[in-house]
Amino acid sequence: MELLCPAGSLPALKTAIDNGADAVYIGLKDDTNARHFAGLNFTDKKLDEASTYVHQHGKKLHIAINTFAHPDKFNRWQHAVDMAAQIGADALILADLAMLDYAAEKYPHIERHVSVQASATNLEAIKFYQRNFDVHRVVLPRVLSMHQVKQLSRVTPVPLEVFAFGSLCIMAEGRCYLSSYLTGESPNTVGACSPAKFVRWQQTEKGLESRLNNVLIDCHKQGENAGYPTLCKGRYFVNNTLYHPIEEPTSLNTIELLPELFAANIASVKIEGRQRSPAYVAQVTQVWRQAIDRYLANPNQFNAEKKWMETLGSVSEGTQTTLGAYHRKWQ
Amino acid sequence: MKYALGPLLYYWPKEKTEQFYSAACESSADIIYLGETVCTKRRELKVANWIDLAKQLSKTGKQIVISTLALLEAPSELNELRQYVENGDFVIEANDLAAVNLAYENNLPFVAGPALNCYNAYTLKLLHKQGMIRWCMPVELSRDWLNNVVNQLDTLGLKQRFEIEVFGYGYLPLAYSARCFTARSENRPKDQCGLCCINYPQGREVFSQEQQKVFVLNGIQTQSGYCYNLGNNLVEMKALVDIVRISPTSLETLNIIDQFRQNEEGKQPLDIESNRDCNGYWNGIAGLALQS
Repeated sequence: MELLCPAGSLPALKTAIDNGADAVYIGLKDDTNARHFAGLNFTDKKLDEASTYVHQHGKKLHIAINTFAHPDKFNRWQHAVDMAAQIGADALILADLAMLDYAAEKYPHIERHVSVQASATNLEAIKFYQRNFDVHRVVLPRVLSMHQVKQLSRVTPVPLEVFAFGSLCIMAEGRCYLSSYLTGESPNTVGACSPAKFVRWQQTEKGLESRLNNVLIDCHKQGENAGYPTLCKGRYFVNNTLYHPIEEPTSLNTIELLPELFAANIASVKIEGRQRSPAYVAQVTQVWRQAIDRYLANPNQFNAEKKWMETLGSVSEGTQTTLGAYHRKWQ
Repeated sequence: MKYALGPLLYYWPKEKTEQFYSAACESSADIIYLGETVCTKRRELKVANWIDLAKQLSKTGKQIVISTLALLEAPSELNELRQYVENGDFVIEANDLAAVNLAYENNLPFVAGPALNCYNAYTLKLLHKQGMIRWCMPVELSRDWLNNVVNQLDTLGLKQRFEIEVFGYGYLPLAYSARCFTARSENRPKDQCGLCCINYPQGREVFSQEQQKVFVLNGIQTQSGYCYNLGNNLVEMKALVDIVRISPTSLETLNIIDQFRQNEEGKQPLDIESNRDCNGYWNGIAGLALQS
């Protein structure tokens, strides 16, 4: 099982490799990937350095080009694929059918991974990608229960990758327009959800208000943990009850499921967080490396260690974690 | 311009659904989409019922399309999808690539529904090759985006090789999740949801702490809080769009089709202000915005 770690910068990439990642995934410094945040990602020169560092250590580099190509700027997405190929990417993480087609045609020797943003949740969708683009891996959206992941793993013709840890996207990825509904910009079109430029914080008599494009997402009383106003994690009223109708601010943590993920023959566990610091990458990579190695050394005695859970909890959104959709009751 | 009645997105009792579709027969819709697109647990009408209903409605001369589920997870859901495809009498609306794959294998023409990620002409070219006869644009895209796609289609020699449809009225389907938000709003787990969606024939409204209506919860689907209304944008659609989709919320929605028809030349504008409708997406800004 591959441990696949995020890197939004060269220091984070090196940290991931140094702490035991088998592979790292990165994006270019533009809107061709789903973490298009200011100060993040790789320009031409840094890409070369990233590729060299990863390959010198015998590890793999995946490049995410997983937004959807704009019809009037189509060349930019093609260019991103070309650039990733030139610097020696081992895998391209793609969501747009047009880009999968382009990559399969032009660079058949580079692995094509179906991005989580492509929202492949079932056997027939996977067969579609395999038939048309001869894909090597499918990254599953965070909507399936563990039972469903197992069912799918028994029949899939393509190896599966799952999200193991990090911020929890509550919707089927790639099929959520909540962000553009409030701001005009979505992960699919600009590569960011609830973009930072629309965020406003304001201290008022009622508390600390967080707004996204002027829509009130939450109001935090003194002492309450005020997280980033991702719109699906806001507190709203339904029938006069104030709560988190969509999801609490929380992170996914599947470390307890590791034996089941092994049993389901999952090819890779992915850590979310290209937007996070090298310190986050270091801590999370270390814990997951230890957990995978511990399992491999003695599969029958595997237990999630308390200190792993504490470390992961401390770097989580809202400092709490959940098994998410893998755990049926959460749904 | 042709008008399509989109699939009913809410969960209504069988009788009410049947009443709605008998009224739809009398409406001026050219095309009727029907079928369950949100949740397979909604079984007031089962596969055979939907197919029977489709057969009945096709006698009116309107084109009938069977819409299929957007989020397919369980093998049982794929089996149901297979039944619609193998029936073969009706074009299907694919809202997931699973449906595209099955339609292709069965040589069945399909409509690429708004839940499929088609953002450029190269993607449409690919789907066209697999049997796509119509494309309903993702709801978050704008007039300018559509214009760019049409230009791109032109350079690929694909202009007018398939129809273009735009979601023009109704609460916008914005997201799909593993979690059922309606069940959550009643504090029930999804597996014991008690089919509570049936108690909310137009979904459950979500308000911000300032009483702004932000979303509507409809089972695993999240919809726009405001009603999308492109009734005053029909003139600019003329050269770009073949079909406008009207998404039903109640029997009254059928009248909207007539209101749209009457305003095709922009001479009988709709009142989009009183209800605080929205039209931002079409205008290339935040979806919830209203531009008069």
